[in-house]
Amino acid sequence: MWGRLNWSAIPFDQPIVMVASSVVGLGILAVLAWIFHKGYLPYLWREWLTSVDHKRIGVMYAVLALVMLLRGFADALLMRSQQAVALNAPGYLPPEHYDQIFSAHGTMMIFFVAMPFMIGLMNFVVPLQLGSRDVAFPTLNSVGFWLTASGALLVNISLVVGEFARTGWLPYPPLSELAYSPGVGVDYYLWALQISGVGSLLSGINLVTTVLKVRAPGMDYLRMPMFCWTTLASNLLIVAAFPILTATFAMLLLDRYLGFHFFTNEAGGNVMMFMNLIWAWGHPEVYILVLPAFGIFSEVFSTFSGKPLFGYRSMVVATMAICILAFMVWLHHFFTMGAGANVNAIFGIATMIIAVPTGVKIFNWLFTMYGGRVVFSSPLLWALGFVVTFVIGGMTGVLMAVPPADFVLHNSLFLVAHFHNVIIGGVLFGAFAGYTYWFPKAFGFRLHEGLGKAAFWFWTIGFYVAFMPLYWLGLQGMTRRMQHYEVAAWQPWLLLAAVGAALILVGIVLQVVQLFYSIRHRAELRDDSGDPWNGRSLEWSTASPPPMFNFAVFPHVDGADAYWAAKRGEREKASLGPEPAYADIEMPRNSATGFICAFFATIMGFALIWHIWWLVGCAFVGAFATFVVLAWRDESELTVSADTLAGLDRIHRSARAAFLQKQATS
Amino acid sequence: MPVLERPYASRQASGWVAPRPGSTLHPVAQNVSHARRRDDHAGTRRRLLIESTRAIRWMCSGLPFALSACRTGVLDPRGPVGVAEKTILIDSLAIMLAIVIPTILAAFGFAWWFRASNRRATYRPDWEFSGRIELVVWSIPMMVIILLGGVAWIGSYQLDPARPLASTEPTLEVQVVSLDWKWLFIYPAQGIASVNQLVVPAGAPLHFSLTSSSVMNAFFIPQLGSMIYTMNGMVTNLNLQADHPGDYVGRSSHYSGDGFSDMHFDVRAVPSGAFDQWLGEVRTSANALDDSTYAALAVQSIAAPVTHFRSIDPTLFDRVAMATIPPAPGPPAATNPAARHDDGAGR
Amino acid sequence: MSALAMDAAGPAASGPRAVDEHEHGATKRIIVGYGFWIFLISDIIMFAAFFAAYAVLTDSTAAGPSRRDLFEIRTVAIETACLLTSSLFCGLAGIGATYRERRLFYAGMAITFVLGAAFLFLELREFAGLIARGAGPGRSAFLSAFFALIGCHGIHVTAGLMWLLTMVAQVFAKGFRDDVLRRMLCFGLFWHTLDIIWVALFSLVYLVGVSR
Repeated sequence: MWGRLNWSAIPFDQPIVMVASSVVGLGILAVLAWIFHKGYLPYLWREWLTSVDHKRIGVMYAVLALVMLLRGFADALLMRSQQAVALNAPGYLPPEHYDQIFSAHGTMMIFFVAMPFMIGLMNFVVPLQLGSRDVAFPTLNSVGFWLTASGALLVNISLVVGEFARTGWLPYPPLSELAYSPGVGVDYYLWALQISGVGSLLSGINLVTTVLKVRAPGMDYLRMPMFCWTTLASNLLIVAAFPILTATFAMLLLDRYLGFHFFTNEAGGNVMMFMNLIWAWGHPEVYILVLPAFGIFSEVFSTFSGKPLFGYRSMVVATMAICILAFMVWLHHFFTMGAGANVNAIFGIATMIIAVPTGVKIFNWLFTMYGGRVVFSSPLLWALGFVVTFVIGGMTGVLMAVPPADFVLHNSLFLVAHFHNVIIGGVLFGAFAGYTYWFPKAFGFRLHEGLGKAAFWFWTIGFYVAFMPLYWLGLQGMTRRMQHYEVAAWQPWLLLAAVGAALILVGIVLQVVQLFYSIRHRAELRDDSGDPWNGRSLEWSTASPPPMFNFAVFPHVDGADAYWAAKRGEREKASLGPEPAYADIEMPRNSATGFICAFFATIMGFALIWHIWWLVGCAFVGAFATFVVLAWRDESELTVSADTLAGLDRIHRSARAAFLQKQATS
Repeated sequence: MPVLERPYASRQASGWVAPRPGSTLHPVAQNVSHARRRDDHAGTRRRLLIESTRAIRWMCSGLPFALSACRTGVLDPRGPVGVAEKTILIDSLAIMLAIVIPTILAAFGFAWWFRASNRRATYRPDWEFSGRIELVVWSIPMMVIILLGGVAWIGSYQLDPARPLASTEPTLEVQVVSLDWKWLFIYPAQGIASVNQLVVPAGAPLHFSLTSSSVMNAFFIPQLGSMIYTMNGMVTNLNLQADHPGDYVGRSSHYSGDGFSDMHFDVRAVPSGAFDQWLGEVRTSANALDDSTYAALAVQSIAAPVTHFRSIDPTLFDRVAMATIPPAPGPPAATNPAARHDDGAGR
Repeated sequence: MSALAMDAAGPAASGPRAVDEHEHGATKRIIVGYGFWIFLISDIIMFAAFFAAYAVLTDSTAAGPSRRDLFEIRTVAIETACLLTSSLFCGLAGIGATYRERRLFYAGMAITFVLGAAFLFLELREFAGLIARGAGPGRSAFLSAFFALIGCHGIHVTAGLMWLLTMVAQVFAKGFRDDVLRRMLCFGLFWHTLDIIWVALFSLVYLVGVSR
């Protein structure tokens, strides 16, 4: 009846797990109780859970990412503290537990922190920057988000019910095959990622179509903000790469569930094929993550230097070059598989070639600052921190792209330091910069700057203290994923790394405090102009937060940096242009499809993991029925009247007029 | 003669010399330290971050207090492969630092000079393109990559793991099987085997044929050089050499399960007389490596003790490699509470 | 001249110009079609991964039956005929929808369904036969790859048939409304793409397999 699920699936004998899950469980219940008690549930359902508004969905993606960042970082603290003490000692985390922790850490950080954060920012910002009212497929957007959340939920459930994969964040066979991982861990991993993979794909299709087909009149390709170009490139990569992941995981699932032999040791399975397929996805994935961050930095550097982005066309070429080259380097993840000198050399050189457009971008950012008036706001601090950190990380990457160097550094802590260097320095710093930069647009008030800057310093210094020792340890010959070790000389460095992790913890705490403090003091931090940073692109011409429809009237775009020239005109004339003519518009209706579909997807995933076949069938029927119900609705749009548009727009216009007056007199 | 041949060929002739602090620095890296002193006059913020990068560079160059840790690593190679790889590492690093350091300095320099409060800086609000700068900006990375690409190309051929080492000494053949979670070394010519202990004659080229009994692993002796994956049903090849007698650590550098952390082995390079002595010792052991003792080894176990086998079945390695001997079993179901119970779909 | 004209007119204009909401940009039909094409590209890439696995594992027969032993061209030819013909009728149904011809639509969809179901029936029969002969997917890596590749296509066809029934129900309940027609466009694209993939499958797997 319940497949292989029984009470022994809950690890009553592991105190750390039981305490952690109880705390989290109680926390969730407390939050839910508070929501219920305050009567927020109808509001939440109507305005957020069933919203198809790209802005709301973007915020929810970011919330998911930030919550999972805490979860993933908790794993990091566990790992660092275990390694700090486990010299010739078992430490406090037995291998079965430790192996799940590092696997969960990587999986969560890549799939449920970095991806959602970037996708959330892209979702929120791109339609505003393009002068559109929403993405191309708003309802599918909601489905995509909720499927991602469903995957995250499944991974978190594995902490309490059953176990997580113990294979590392990429489940290499034969270790991940049934013979060597008979438990439910790998199944949790596979189904969670298959479900969220569908979500990612939907997002990819949506954003590609939006950038290519849904733009304001006059917004030619070469007038789009750089962030839109990097969004295009990143989502093209999603569309091209995620199907490979889906197929590869499907093959592994077939092996585990139906006795197929894609990657088994017996009957002709081919382990090397898994490596090739998974990294054919895996390398584009890291560019999927970092390209939007590059876009964010383009926006930040140009806004906070008071200058247009230097070498815009060059940047576009570089971005699209990175997009294409991302698919040509995957073998550098397994130089040590013994493919031979020819193959290794070619992929090594291809990997170095991809460093060229990246280098071009860095230089162009620096020249964006040159001749500017640089304001050291916290987004710009993140951007400067990124330049230094990413350049170092990129350097170590190109170092490992030389096959003979990789032969001694592969899978060592040097590798771990490298990819954290580029992912934290690139993706995470970009996410934080974007978060701070667009927060006032999303919510109407700024985040407290002082706390933000303090968080930046703790993060940056903590990062260096945590990861530079790992480079050294890699050179000492320390391999990754070790639960304990016997070389005494390694311990001081691991202790230092643990100190670094503690510094990062302070940074994270400061960010949490910053958020709560800013919400409490939002009246003082309010931004009425819609344009707190003196931005250059169209999103800053809307109110903060923008109305549901973004633009009462589509803006007509005549050049790049669309908003900048308009502002100049306004400042010169010391007034806004005349009021536009408003007309009724159609906006998509909210829909519960995404939420309900994800509900069934979660149940289906859980049932598949535990072999509860009847429940799989029911959940599948439920998910299918949800879409049929969606297809049957008669009213898919609602009309926003010209009067409503006029009313809301006039409020914003008067706020901006007041802001203009203040600027003129000051 | 290609540049990279020189380091190990000459060291073979002159004997290997232990590094002194600073002596392994490449000439370009030494120039870097001059550049560093000029930075000391920068502002505090820049100084803080420069301090961090300086710390990294010091660590890479090997300060005395870190030298004690140097003894076990990639930066303290004891064989020609390792020496060549370390040279490539340092050379490539130096080439790239030549770009990276000025870039980082420029980042700070531009940000600081063009800060909004600095009215001496020229504000060019519309300057967004310069063909000359674009040319430089594209050329510099391209040239670095061409240089490094050459290093990569030549290095990949020179240091291909399957490439035999040039030597007048006879090559020692060792067959390696990675098990869960230990290493089996078979000496086919000598007819003996050992678990978790690899004794080799110093100065002789070693040729390893590697396979796995179960999951993927990687064979790595950091102080001798390159690592290589081990995979079931396949044989990979690795050539290494230990120039002088010494004790080293070898480990698995590819995560393979719960017992992975204990999957290290002793490596001893000994003079040829001592090697024959060790062979004699092994031949007195009580164990013989045949199908049944191999099957016992194949069962999952953690932290296996060093074991010797006085005789071997010469076809064993090939049969493991071709999977004629089935792969080693995984964890027994009883130890895993969440393992599949047979629900009718059993395999 | 401002780069952003909220009123689209210069200072000299007499007054604000009404911006027609529907004047610019692509229609919904184009956007939906475009997005669906991108989905189809992603689906083709997924098939490509299965094709790649098949290519790698073609000879990994583990001393079991190989392509030459197993493939029966006659059944496959009939399957192909069914599927390709069903595409014709799917096209006709699409024309029926565009021109609001209910009978043509229903007839086209019905025949498409029958032919698609026939295709699936023959394929399942082939699979059952192979499994009965001990040539199931668990026999060897080659067979795993074969079953997965052909099976992936079969699952897509099954999903297509479910979608077909849903489309028929939609037209029955809602008529040829704009959104229903957009979905019909997507369905047609999907069905024809499955056809194209089948042509590749049939050529690279069966024809090549039998000829070696």
